[in-house]
Amino acid sequence: MIAIIDYGVGNLFSLKSSFAAIGAETVVTGEAEVIRAADKLILPGVGAFGDAAALLRRCGLDKLVCAEAWGGKPLLGICLGMQLLFDYGLEYGHHKGLGLIPGCVRPIADHIPAEYKIPHIGWNALRFPAGKPASPLFQHIQEGDCVYFVHSFCGAECEESVIAYAEYGAQLTAAVGRDSIYGVQFHPEKSGDVGLNILRAFCEL
Amino acid sequence: MITKRIIPCLDVQDGRVVKGVNFLGLADVSSPVKLAKFYSDCGADELVFYDITASAEGRALFTDILTDVASTIFIPLTVGGGINTVDDFDRVLKCGADKVSVNSGALRDSSLIPAAAKKYGDQCVVLSVDAKRVDGQFRVFAKGGREDTGLDAIAWIKSGVANGAGEIVLNSIDTDGVKAGFDLEMLEAVCDVVDVPVIASGGAGCVEHFKTLFHSLPKVDAGLAASIFHFGEVSIPDLKRELANDGINMRL
Repeated sequence: MIAIIDYGVGNLFSLKSSFAAIGAETVVTGEAEVIRAADKLILPGVGAFGDAAALLRRCGLDKLVCAEAWGGKPLLGICLGMQLLFDYGLEYGHHKGLGLIPGCVRPIADHIPAEYKIPHIGWNALRFPAGKPASPLFQHIQEGDCVYFVHSFCGAECEESVIAYAEYGAQLTAAVGRDSIYGVQFHPEKSGDVGLNILRAFCEL
Repeated sequence: MITKRIIPCLDVQDGRVVKGVNFLGLADVSSPVKLAKFYSDCGADELVFYDITASAEGRALFTDILTDVASTIFIPLTVGGGINTVDDFDRVLKCGADKVSVNSGALRDSSLIPAAAKKYGDQCVVLSVDAKRVDGQFRVFAKGGREDTGLDAIAWIKSGVANGAGEIVLNSIDTDGVKAGFDLEMLEAVCDVVDVPVIASGGAGCVEHFKTLFHSLPKVDAGLAASIFHFGEVSIPDLKRELANDGINMRL
């Protein structure tokens, strides 16, 4: 059973449907007992970093998610859920993250030339960093496959954990991984078969 | 780099796709779910569903169908038609839409775009504009292109983006249905004043028209069409392959 963590942000309909499409059983939940009993965790999220981090904390789920992840339970953060894995985020101020992946979250605008539109929205190709073994998360897809992005902020100072990036005037962090903790900036639930294959690989971890 | 997007548009009335769809080998051609699946399998980068239903029953049916579509296909979905309030945004987003397109609703109520953008983010709000040349000006038309609002389209789009619209769909009434190519002049005028994605609509008749669109206006992000896809005049896989062979960045 995969627990999709519900802490009051965003719409989890598509995420739940995409797991159903690959035959994976999920439960959308904010209950500690259910999260503890689950085999794997999904941390979703849309909106602003500070608001989402505060909501997660208010639900008392921040410590639980960290404890489960440190304990070795596979965790996948998606979009803002990936950004929350970092130490801190700089969206409308300085906000503390979960600290599961070393690094921070900065405006894309800090990294790219001015002629690039923000948000980075649309389909972009995944590139794997040279000199690193391919991540198990990508075992069913290939470098160059496109996934769907919508974001204005991105992971930074996290080179060691980067398992994929996207070219957009600079190399933007597209996915990170450390032990069994993963995060993807893009939306696998909106990335067609490629996205479903990434979710399938996560289910197989 | 971000790929250019190819977007089929489906008009839905009382739960069925209308405007005549004619596919070889597709039995139930008016089933929104089957068509959506077909297009997704063909490589469509996004789908637009336009609800042209007038009745409340039809509207409820539309959200049921949207739910079915969003449970079946996993590419971005934009929904338009009958979006007049923030509650309408809520209604379709809950059913799995990713973006919501406003047109007449934004003309009637100037607070709709800023209110929706504040609640759901700019990336969720698409401003769809039907425009036509009148007295040397690009003029905004309402009610499906029947009523001249007197508004200057360029100024309207500029203010829409300033208010929080994260994407523009520009449908040129002058080129719509003519199949002689997109309205490059009108599109360029819009691209010059906004820095959000612009989707070209109206006028596509063949692959060449998409090539010309993306080569002559690099700032245009996507091409939208309906009947040429529905009637198989242009096949999406062929279109995308030809565009890619012509040096345009596509998702293949």
